[in-house]
Amino acid sequence: MAYDKFNILTSSAVPLPIENVDTDQIIPARFLKATERKGFGDNLFRDWRYNSDDTPKEHFVLNNPIYSGKILVGGKNFGSGSSREHAAWAVYDYGFRCVVSSFFADIFRNNCLNVGVLPVQVSPEFLDNIFKAIEADPNTQLEINLPEQKITILATGESESFDINGYKKQNMLNGFDDIDYLLNIKGGIQKFAESTPL
Amino acid sequence: MSKTLFDKVWDSHVVQHIDNGPDVLFIDRHLVHEVTSPVAFLGLKNRGIKVLYPERTFATADHNTPTRNQHLPVKDPLSANQLKALEENATAHNIPYWGLGHEKNGIVHVIGPENGITVPGATIVCGDSHTSTHGAFGAIAFGIGTSEVEMVLSTQCIMQPKPKSMRININGTLSKAVTPKDVALFIISKLSTSGATGYFAEYAGDVFKNMSMEGRMTVCNLSIEMGARGGMIAPDETTFEYIKGREYTPKGTDWDKAMEYWQTLYTQDDATFDKELTFDASEIEPMITYGTNPGMGMGIKNDIPMAEAVEGGVATYKKSLEYMAFHEGDAMIGKPIDFVFLGSCTNGRIEDFRAFASIVKGRKKADNVTAWLVPGSHRVEAAIKEEGILDILHDAGFELREPGCSACLAMNDDKIPAGKYAVSTSNRNFEGRQGPGARTLLASPLVAAAAAVTGKVTDPRELMEEAYA
Repeated sequence: MAYDKFNILTSSAVPLPIENVDTDQIIPARFLKATERKGFGDNLFRDWRYNSDDTPKEHFVLNNPIYSGKILVGGKNFGSGSSREHAAWAVYDYGFRCVVSSFFADIFRNNCLNVGVLPVQVSPEFLDNIFKAIEADPNTQLEINLPEQKITILATGESESFDINGYKKQNMLNGFDDIDYLLNIKGGIQKFAESTPL
Repeated sequence: MSKTLFDKVWDSHVVQHIDNGPDVLFIDRHLVHEVTSPVAFLGLKNRGIKVLYPERTFATADHNTPTRNQHLPVKDPLSANQLKALEENATAHNIPYWGLGHEKNGIVHVIGPENGITVPGATIVCGDSHTSTHGAFGAIAFGIGTSEVEMVLSTQCIMQPKPKSMRININGTLSKAVTPKDVALFIISKLSTSGATGYFAEYAGDVFKNMSMEGRMTVCNLSIEMGARGGMIAPDETTFEYIKGREYTPKGTDWDKAMEYWQTLYTQDDATFDKELTFDASEIEPMITYGTNPGMGMGIKNDIPMAEAVEGGVATYKKSLEYMAFHEGDAMIGKPIDFVFLGSCTNGRIEDFRAFASIVKGRKKADNVTAWLVPGSHRVEAAIKEEGILDILHDAGFELREPGCSACLAMNDDKIPAGKYAVSTSNRNFEGRQGPGARTLLASPLVAAAAAVTGKVTDPRELMEEAYA
């Protein structure tokens, strides 16, 4: 599915300084019953965000009006657990285009890249600095520069470079997905399949 | 260069390598279920293309299905709609479909091996993280997202960088009441839920060599819970014995040819791993978890660690214990429990029911416990009946439900109520995993059985006959 191209993103960020945020928290299983990809943002962090009577939990960061922006900053080991891509859809659908953490779970990272959310892995120290900067000023702007693979806390000028493989980077910059690539080499795949018994 | 088991299988499936990018990996067999596939099929529809190799694709309904009265229409309209979508998609694309009521229906990771879809040396994917289960047969098997499900449906390939390699060796003999589930929970407690992220694991050593296929499946199933994409065990006589004669395994001369290949699937002596860990079997006790991720486990007789003694942030740890309403230093033994769940792709096989029955035999379910016993498939259900296990369960006051994922992820009605404690043989104790507000203690079928008959966390060794090894 096509997504918006990603180049340079400058935005304030929403802090979630909790470790091991699993995909069951990002979107609980009972909200996975749809057969189309829409509306998942409404249930992003459902059980942390709402009480059982659907009233908002005022202490949860998404319900705090002083925090907003297109960047979500999470603690170490973000996105562990279930492979549900719905988690990445919910993050995207809510309006985030980038998730920053000091460590990502594999499948979630892959899913993000496939749906147009850029996972940016930073050092634990840099992550700490981001949390501190947001604590000092909730409107702190972060710049995510994909072409240069660099993240900067604009208020302090601190920056760090981040990794992304060249192929995925081109995809993100151009809004391409893997299926287009694979369909283009289908002939080669079919030839390979002939030599691979069932 | 000498190759690991993983190298051999991965390298033989690379269609194309992209410089500074992923490998295009050919997928031999693709398992599909109702929850993570509808948007992928929609993608094919929008592109106007068909499934490239329906004969390599298998569909079943398991995540979102009731475990009672499966012969009646599914009541929840959203669930019914999702099940209908899978059936329609399978029919439109000529994919074998084993829906509710079909004799081959069951949890996707239970029926794959049962029907011989899972074979050594294969690449197997499914839109479910516990696809790692199939690694027990020496296959490369891992979970994928829905975009990747769409890739495999349309091109039989995915694009993945080759992961790093890790070997986990456990030698020696397991102690009494220590099951494959305990082995896995022990490993995860040592590595944490992110300790193997970026790696693909191979399990080696006496403990795994001597393990049944069911046990190996339990161990490989839980690989994802330490962050690994998957885990695998080299195929051996136990493997070949298990798969021989199953519906989708090769027959006749094809079998002989396959065997010749499968026997080459092992890690060469001088092959190296990016990371190697070794444990001794005698270190492992019957395990239980006390927190909100599978890494928060310990020997059942231990006390909950103090925050300062664990790795990771103190705030996250305290938040976790607060959710569980446990305290640092608490003993787990004796904690009252409300629910017991036996089932899931982790522990929903016949061996798990045998283990559970070995403890509850001649005893009675505790009055304060609600027990949900859910076989992994109709085949497992049939074996439970044939082996007389159902009678033992009935005599002890338990009933058997119909197959499915059930309370493992609580997408259906099998939800543990808020605030209640469940000893569960499933794979995840995340907040709300088994129902909003539910509190999960992960454990083996033996520990679950001991809890079910005593109504509290109990060391199963106290209830075991000397004869049970």
